[in-house]
Amino acid sequence: MKLQIASQLAIFAVLELTAHSGRPLSVADIGRKYGVSSHHLAKVMHVLGQAGLVRSVRGAGGGYRFSGNIRRVTLLDIVELFEKLGSDHLNAGRAHAATHEARALHQVLAEIDDIARATLGSITIATMLKLAERRAADAHQPAAARP
Amino acid sequence: MRSGNSRGPAGNAARTAAGPAFTVRPVLAADVPHVAAIDERITGIGKAAYWTDVFERYTRHRTGERFFFVAAPATNAAEQRVLGFIIGEIRTWEFGSAPCGWVFALSVDPAVRLRGVGEALFESLSDAFRTTGVTRMRTMVARDNRLHLLFFRGEGMMAGPYIQLEKDLG
Repeated sequence: MKLQIASQLAIFAVLELTAHSGRPLSVADIGRKYGVSSHHLAKVMHVLGQAGLVRSVRGAGGGYRFSGNIRRVTLLDIVELFEKLGSDHLNAGRAHAATHEARALHQVLAEIDDIARATLGSITIATMLKLAERRAADAHQPAAARP
Repeated sequence: MRSGNSRGPAGNAARTAAGPAFTVRPVLAADVPHVAAIDERITGIGKAAYWTDVFERYTRHRTGERFFFVAAPATNAAEQRVLGFIIGEIRTWEFGSAPCGWVFALSVDPAVRLRGVGEALFESLSDAFRTTGVTRMRTMVARDNRLHLLFFRGEGMMAGPYIQLEKDLG
């Protein structure tokens, strides 16, 4: 499954802000880690701010802070700010849309969409932080010791 | 996911800032009506006979591989006898799977949630599974059961290699 770049950047930005919750982070701080321009990130942060998930901190040492609840906000909450999951698989209006075959395909694709939504909707920011920590710990293990 | 408690699954104690201390211990016969009551409060369906049957099966047969724990208040003076419960067992070679622990039920009374009861129950069952030598635990959750999905994900569970399929026979 692919996520749009903006969705990915938004998730990365939120993870950075929550992993470093002791201080505000600037778009430059976040952009340096992920190799992304401040211009792109600023647009993402604007959308997150409109959704009440981040707030800007002005002045020297300013930037952004996460303003949601890491145990409640899920990946789905963030992704849906930037893209619509699933799509109109029937392409309503096209001639084939009314066929049994199109409806059967729609049923299969809808199943995949449901699983994707359930997965993204069941992973909170807190859970993602734990996943990232485990990845980091695994990466520091000697190769022979890794499962 | 938290590491196991060195004291083993039974008798784990926990104190939370938000509420009284509780312990996790094996279920007793006197707990069963309270387990059934919590389940009915949550599901809206009374299943007294079902819970009696589960108690009988899990306390009398294959007891080295079946675990039924409850979280109970640490003091006898507490009004509520059971705060939550968890049930699991080792299943072997079903669906082609090597022996692993299955979590079949986990419920915490809505009145005492967010106090670490679910986490303590999960940790106790994980410890019990480890004592049998299995290295993996699984569960199955309805796609729209957000509460349990969030909980199990938060405890480090990820999607496994199986897909649940079904068919209407009507």
